[in-house]
Formats: sequence, C-alpha cells, structure tokens
Amino acid sequence: MSKIEGAVRELHRVDSIAGADRWIHRIYPSVKLILTVFYIAFVVSYGKYQLPRLILMGVYPIVIFILGDLSFFDALRRLRFILPFVCAAGIFNPLFDRKILFYAGEIGITGGMVSMAALLIKGVYSVLASYLLIATTPVEKICFSLRKMHVPAVFVTQLLLTYRYISVLLEEAQRMAQAYALRSPGQKGVHFKVWGSFAGQLLLRSADRASRVYDSMLMRGYQGEFSCAAVSKCRQRDIGYLLVWLAAFVALRIG
Amino acid sequence: MHMADALVSPAVAGAMYAASTAAAAYSVKRVKHEDDIKKIPLMGVMGAFVFTAQMINFTIPGTGSSGHLCGGVMATALLGPYAGFLTMIGVLLIQCLLFADGGLLALGCNVWNMAFYGCFVGYYLIWRPMTRRRLSGGRILAGSLIASMLTLQLGAFSVAVETLLSGVTKLPFSAFVAVMQPIHLAIGFVEGAITAAVLLFVYQARPELLDDKGKSGRQNRFSYKRTIAVLGVFAVITGAGLSLAASSYPDGLEWSIQQVAKAEEIEAEGGGVYAAAEGIQSATSLLPDYAFPESENRMGTSCSGIVGAVFVLALCVGVCYAIRFWGKKRIK
Repeated sequence: MSKIEGAVRELHRVDSIAGADRWIHRIYPSVKLILTVFYIAFVVSYGKYQLPRLILMGVYPIVIFILGDLSFFDALRRLRFILPFVCAAGIFNPLFDRKILFYAGEIGITGGMVSMAALLIKGVYSVLASYLLIATTPVEKICFSLRKMHVPAVFVTQLLLTYRYISVLLEEAQRMAQAYALRSPGQKGVHFKVWGSFAGQLLLRSADRASRVYDSMLMRGYQGEFSCAAVSKCRQRDIGYLLVWLAAFVALRIG
Repeated sequence: MHMADALVSPAVAGAMYAASTAAAAYSVKRVKHEDDIKKIPLMGVMGAFVFTAQMINFTIPGTGSSGHLCGGVMATALLGPYAGFLTMIGVLLIQCLLFADGGLLALGCNVWNMAFYGCFVGYYLIWRPMTRRRLSGGRILAGSLIASMLTLQLGAFSVAVETLLSGVTKLPFSAFVAVMQPIHLAIGFVEGAITAAVLLFVYQARPELLDDKGKSGRQNRFSYKRTIAVLGVFAVITGAGLSLAASSYPDGLEWSIQQVAKAEEIEAEGGGVYAAAEGIQSATSLLPDYAFPESENRMGTSCSGIVGAVFVLALCVGVCYAIRFWGKKRIK
C-alpha cells in the first residue's frame, strides 16, 4: 500500500512547491499553460534524427529550473512512470534501423541509436515541462486559466473538486489499507474475496461525502459554478515572457 | 496504457485532441441538459474515488502479482456515460499534471483510449443492453467483464495505431499489436473482475446508485446504432486523414517556410558585408554549420552537432547559475 502513501506525499509536496512566491510563480497562469503546450508540441515535432537541435530545446527547462530555484531531482523522479513505456517503444529502433549515420571514434552510431536517444530526450523534456507548469502553478490557478479560455464551468468545477478530494480520499484509503494490512499480516494487496467490499466501502463513503459536500456548498451559495479567486491580471511582461520564449522555440526549430 | 508525449507526433496529438474535445463538448452539453447541479459535486468526488481506487493493489489469485483498476466502466455505471466521461478526463488530467502519468500533449490520445471507449463504447454496446431491462448479479458480472475486456482491447489497439501514425518506433505494427492485445486481454479481465466485485457490492448495499443513468435527459441520442456509426466514421477519418499526416511531406512549419522563402534554405544575396561576416564566422567558429572544420561527411555533421548542442546547454547552465548567484547576492 506504499503507493497510496507515495501519492499522498507527492500531492503535498507539489502543493507546497506550487504555493511558493518566486518570480516564476507570479507569471500569469494562462501564459505558463500555453507555453508548456507549445513547448511540448515543438519538442515532439522534431524528426527522429534531429538530435542536436532537439538537445538545444533543453534551454527552456534549464533556464526555468535554475532561475526559478526548482529541484531537478523532484522532476526526474517523475520520469519513472513514463520512461519504461518510452524505452519499450524505442528499444527496437536500434534493432530495426542499423544504417550507420556516423562514427564516434571506432563505434558506428546507427540511425536506430540516434532515433532512440531522440525519443528518450523528447520524453524527458516533455515531463520536465509539465513539472515546470505544476511546480509553479497551483491547480486552482490552472483551473482558473482553463475557465478564462472558456472551458465549460461543468468540467472545471468537477476537476477542481476531484483535485481537492483526492487527498481526502487517499488518506481515507490509506487508513483502510493500514487497518486491512494489520489484520492480514504478510499478505500482498487486497484478497480477491474482499475486492468488492474493500473498494465498495470506499465508494459508498465517497457517495455519502459527495452528498454532504453538495449540502454544504448549497449553504454557501453554490449555484452551479465556483467564482474564481482573485488572480493577478495578465501584465505586459507576462505577454513579453510568452513571446520571448515562443520566438526562442521558433528560432531553435528553424535555425 | 498512458501514452507519453514523446510517443505522439503533433499531427496525431492534434487529431486526437479534436476527437476527444468533440466528445467532451457533447458530454458537457448533455450534462447541462440534465440540469442537475447536484451531479457536479458527485462527479468531483467520484473522480477522486476512481483516482484513489487506482492506487489500491488487488491481489490476483494464483499469480502472486496484483492488479489495478482503470475505472472507466465503473465511473460510467455509476454516473452515466456523459458525466462519467468528463470525470475520467479530470482524472487523466490530474494524473498527467501531478504524477507525470501520461503527457499533456498526449492527453487527447489518453482520453480517447481510456475514457471514450470505456464510457461510450462499453456503456452503449455492452453495459446498457445487458442491464437496461433487468439488473441482476449475473448481468453485472458479465457486463463488467465483457465491457472492460472489449474497451481495453480497443484502447490498446488505438495506442498501437497512434504510435504507428506518429512514426516514433521502428517496431512493426503487427508485432506491436501482437504484444499489446494479449497483455491487455489479461489486464481487461482483471479490470472487469474488480469492477464487477465493486458494482456487485454496491448493488447489494445501495442498488439505487446503479439506476440506468441513460434514462435521464432525451432518450436514445446515442443508441447502439449511433455508437457503431460514430465509430465507423472515426475509423474512416483515422485511416484516410491521419495517414496523410504520416506522409513524407515536410511538416507544417517547414512547409510554411518553404512557401514563404520558395527555397529549402535562405541564402544571403551578394557579397560585401555578408561575405566579410561569413569569412570571420568561418575563421572563428569551432563547429561551422554543425560540422568539424574540414569535415564533409555525415559523421562531422551529426557528431559535432551533438557536441555543440551539449556545449550550448552547459553554457546555458553556467550563465543561469551566475545570474542566480548575483541575484541572491544583490538581495542580501
């Protein structure tokens, strides 16, 4: 059940990092969201043999990580979900693409090796960019940006509620799992005979909680949409920040 | 089955975003049409439940390993297809942002592969026809198992197709499918068994939670036939449309530049200042045009390009640390 504990810790860590008040945190949330999507789109648009130019795209995460005083190690830990799948897809490239592109000393570097390296770098850069977004922008502000981009209130509200209740339900599941583990020592996971009752109990508690949440929201004047909390306005320097980076991406892509 | 950003090309990601957005827009419209504001908090809390349930290890008897829940079919059985679909998008978005499980650019693909099939195809083809007239333990068990296995098979096949169209792997499509489908058949069976166990528990404890959610709102807007028709249209679009995107033509940006410049590379005209500047650059540059000096072969181009790129990044690291150091010193 350490997975639940890990998830709870990760949520609290991201919350505390995103809640800091550095220059990068004060950039307008929509600007960071748009920039992240564009950056990832630019990164994945490189051809499979365009390794040098792709490496140069590392300028963006490097600059933001160092100047924003963010931890590289926190971001690198997040690669554990993505890298195995990317490796699995790319591992066959050196086997099927054996055309030698160049020699590094005596070793012939094949197209497959280059394309696999490019795939891994794309995976790493895109994860780092997503981390930069979430480590500098609280989820509430991302929801605010989505609302500003006219994403329907139904979706944004349920997204916000899901995020808020994940930590509550994770902690509840952690307590249940701990109680279960104490009563069944040496057992790995939940026995199949209690699959239904274990997750089902959590589900019924969640449904009851949803009902209580709804009642309390009604009492606080909820009418189908949350009003967005005060977020600073988009300033000229936020637009400048966006344009400078976009220009840099275009320059790196075509330069 | 979460796809990473690195595994999709912008064209495929864009197409899948468009398809998923269309399904999401229709779902929002239907949820609004139901005009039940109580449903939104329920969707939020159920999203958190699905997320939490995915973290629980369920021991698979006789194997020593454990399985996990995906939750698409369960969310749909409890909330209905439209609210279930929106809830699953929220779960996938949070997984992608907070836990790097799936990519932001690949979100459209992941929504389609893991939420669309489970919430619409699984619901309208399997779950609803099996449980609409009469709800029983056997029907819940069969519906959950078949719906989960079918939707995971469709999802796994979509992953293979999207990866093929993105052109990121040299692994032959047939080999990729041959690996993906059997694995996801087993995963689908475990997913179906867990879903069935939970829904059977709910059926015994609170049967009202499993009322036919498709009854609310207008009837049969997405019937069995419509589901098949939409899937057929999507298959045609995927086959005909995306195969064009995977062609050997230059990408959009390169094409635009070629159209504007009418040439592959922009050459400077005339001599004078340009020639002088070029002379100075050739004489001083370590790696002219990404090649070692005097090198004409591809080795020079590729190897020196990589060395040059790493050198630039190292320089960037140094400059950034210097700026941070002076910034902190100034604050002190």
